[in-house]
Amino acid sequence: MSKGNFTRRNMLKSGAVTGAALAVPTIFTGRVWADAHTGFTNAPGDSSVTLGFNVPQTGAYADEGADELRAFQLAVKHLNGEGDGGMLNTFSSSALDGTGILGRRVEYVTGDTQTSSDAARSSARSMIERDGAIMISGGSSSGVAIAVQGLCQDAGVIFMAGLTHSNDTTGKDRRANGFRHFFNTEQSGRALAPILEAAYGTDRRAYHLTADYTWGWSQQRSMQTYTEDMGWETTNAVLTPVGAGDFSSYITPVANSGADLLILNHYGGDMVNSLTQAVQFGLRDLQVDGVNFEIVVPLYSELMARGAGSNIAGILGSQNWDWKIENERGDRYAGTNAFVQSFGQEYGFPPSQAAQTCYAQTMLYADAVSRGGSFNPCSVVEALEGFEFDGLGNGPTLYRADDHQCFKDVVVVRGKENPENEFDLVEIVDITSREDATYATDHPDFAGGDLGTCNPGA
Amino acid sequence: MEAIILQVLNGLDKGSAYALIALGLTLIFGTLGVVNFAHGALFMMGAFVAVTVKRLLGTSYEVVDETRTDFLGNPMTIDTPYVVSWFGESVGNAMVDWAVPLSVLIAIPIMAVIGVAIERGLIKHFYKRPHADQILVTFGLAIVLQEIIKAFYGANPIPTPAPSAFTGSFDIGQLFGFDPFAIMYPYWRLVYFGFSAIIIAAVFAFLQFTTFGMVVRAGMADRETVGLLGIDIDRRFVIVFAIAAVVAGLAGVMYTPILSPNYHMGMDFLVLSFVVVVVGGMGSLGGAVLAGFLLGILQSFASMSAIIELVPGINQVIIYLVAVIVLLTRPRGLLGRKGVMED
Repeated sequence: MSKGNFTRRNMLKSGAVTGAALAVPTIFTGRVWADAHTGFTNAPGDSSVTLGFNVPQTGAYADEGADELRAFQLAVKHLNGEGDGGMLNTFSSSALDGTGILGRRVEYVTGDTQTSSDAARSSARSMIERDGAIMISGGSSSGVAIAVQGLCQDAGVIFMAGLTHSNDTTGKDRRANGFRHFFNTEQSGRALAPILEAAYGTDRRAYHLTADYTWGWSQQRSMQTYTEDMGWETTNAVLTPVGAGDFSSYITPVANSGADLLILNHYGGDMVNSLTQAVQFGLRDLQVDGVNFEIVVPLYSELMARGAGSNIAGILGSQNWDWKIENERGDRYAGTNAFVQSFGQEYGFPPSQAAQTCYAQTMLYADAVSRGGSFNPCSVVEALEGFEFDGLGNGPTLYRADDHQCFKDVVVVRGKENPENEFDLVEIVDITSREDATYATDHPDFAGGDLGTCNPGA
Repeated sequence: MEAIILQVLNGLDKGSAYALIALGLTLIFGTLGVVNFAHGALFMMGAFVAVTVKRLLGTSYEVVDETRTDFLGNPMTIDTPYVVSWFGESVGNAMVDWAVPLSVLIAIPIMAVIGVAIERGLIKHFYKRPHADQILVTFGLAIVLQEIIKAFYGANPIPTPAPSAFTGSFDIGQLFGFDPFAIMYPYWRLVYFGFSAIIIAAVFAFLQFTTFGMVVRAGMADRETVGLLGIDIDRRFVIVFAIAAVVAGLAGVMYTPILSPNYHMGMDFLVLSFVVVVVGGMGSLGGAVLAGFLLGILQSFASMSAIIELVPGINQVIIYLVAVIVLLTRPRGLLGRKGVMED
């Protein structure tokens, strides 16, 4: 007969272990995270919390980076209760009250991504390890955003992507700690296709010039899919180096290629240069088989329009947001005017879409921390997944839990023929509703990725 | 055929910039024996002379226009350049519009002074030092100049357009019987090519038809003998350096409408220009010009989609590939002389 080990002490021990095991599924929920102010990377002290803003201050996307930084600084000001509050006054969530984040004053550090993945990773690492940044935001290049998103996942901090438009950011390269407010090339394609069909018909031969990295490939793929679906032929697609400066060698063959439309999958300074050079080389004066040669810029921005000047007139493209949208399309886009007023008073010109997305991301992060009651990245992830909000300028928006992508209306714009001033360069042609811009979670262009699980780090 | 002609024209444009920078580099190396890694920075400084002149001419005062509102609903402020007030609307606006060509006149003395200052202040102390020392010190100087420009003008490119009379493109094809619009080429790029050809011709004429030029050529052929003849080499060194600086500066000034100036444009061009000098033959002025145009044209052809499809990435490496082939088959470069950079 064997002697059982059935003592009172062992029974208590077993009960505790069993109870703890049964409690596991409920441990990782809001209240418990809220109590856990330590045990994750860069847990802040009682007085302040540091955010890291990693933007391109040099390189082809430096204009966007400069505007992103302005928006981040404005967001910090508003979070700390300074200035007029901007979109805090219109945001549908009321968790933020202008006393910092969870009572801690918001401080920030900045880095220069130099529009290079290596430099961006290096500056993000420095902000996390040396400066104690608990959240990294910024971007302006999808290659950079994807690289930094991976780093943040490994380091156990949240990455609130700035301007990144490649499908891959929330597709094959998505991560649990990463979130994107900005739209993507799939949404651009869905928004632009019907407008392009109405403007240029179904019988066009398109020539693509494409920035040679993840965003360019993604943009070209989406545009090719949607334009070929409506009957257009793709005559050629040429990859160009990022920051090439002089695109003349790539543009000159276009005129004699038989194409009657050029799609410039370029952004920032590269788009300004390639579009300006395309116009200088006479492409817009060209007629091919009796039809006028046209140029399309799938991803547009006011900053690029300013750089390209009158060359942008009449050219169609898509935007994540436009500073005139509330005035022209009504209260659905509430928050826009509050932000434009605040930004305009501070800097003397209206904000770009890069600025708006970065401002919104900072507010959304702060709000998620406040609603979850903790800076723990896993609490933030839980608070943001499936979050429905409004009042940040884009209309009702959903942060989809499956891929951490925001779904909202997409703006189709055209360069103005006769702008009244240097800020009035783009007119809103149409708005594609959030429903029409939403794609299925199993869309093939987003396949192969895995969010994994949130990483709280240390 | 049209595509080929267009790429040749593109190549001539790029080649013009390479040739002008390489010409100055060769002039300095041939006479002074100095490998000047700061030469790209001189090209960049020329471009920023144009930026500065454009800004100075565009300096404005603000007038509030109560009848119009800005994006915030406040009365709009209108900027009026001082030169418009001083010289009247037509002349003032034309001065602002023609800032880049006007900068050429201002850049000549400025670049000459910069050249003299660099030569007297730094380079002259390194004439008898090894090439490695010269490369290090001139490379350091390039970085310093680059950072000074970055500190004053920022890191972003500064658009500096051509006069409005030179915007748009010219139908070259029709001159040669092609269909309308078959070969369109931007006016300013044609201007740049013409300007470069004039500068190159002027430098060659100066060296060929003046006594000073004769001495410089003699110095390039045999520096020691010229020194033994009692010629004041020092004074000539300063002038040669100043001429090279002016040539690089003017190349930069006129290039600004083609590519918006930025603080690292000099470095971008310098590496390619050195390859041009090596391919052309160290110390050979004709070789520098020939290789500049040749490599510019080859680079343009390598950027054609048909070629890239055939050999992916060829557009990025073509210049270096040509350099390797030339140096393997003809170590002195295309028109290089025996003895230069050889033991």
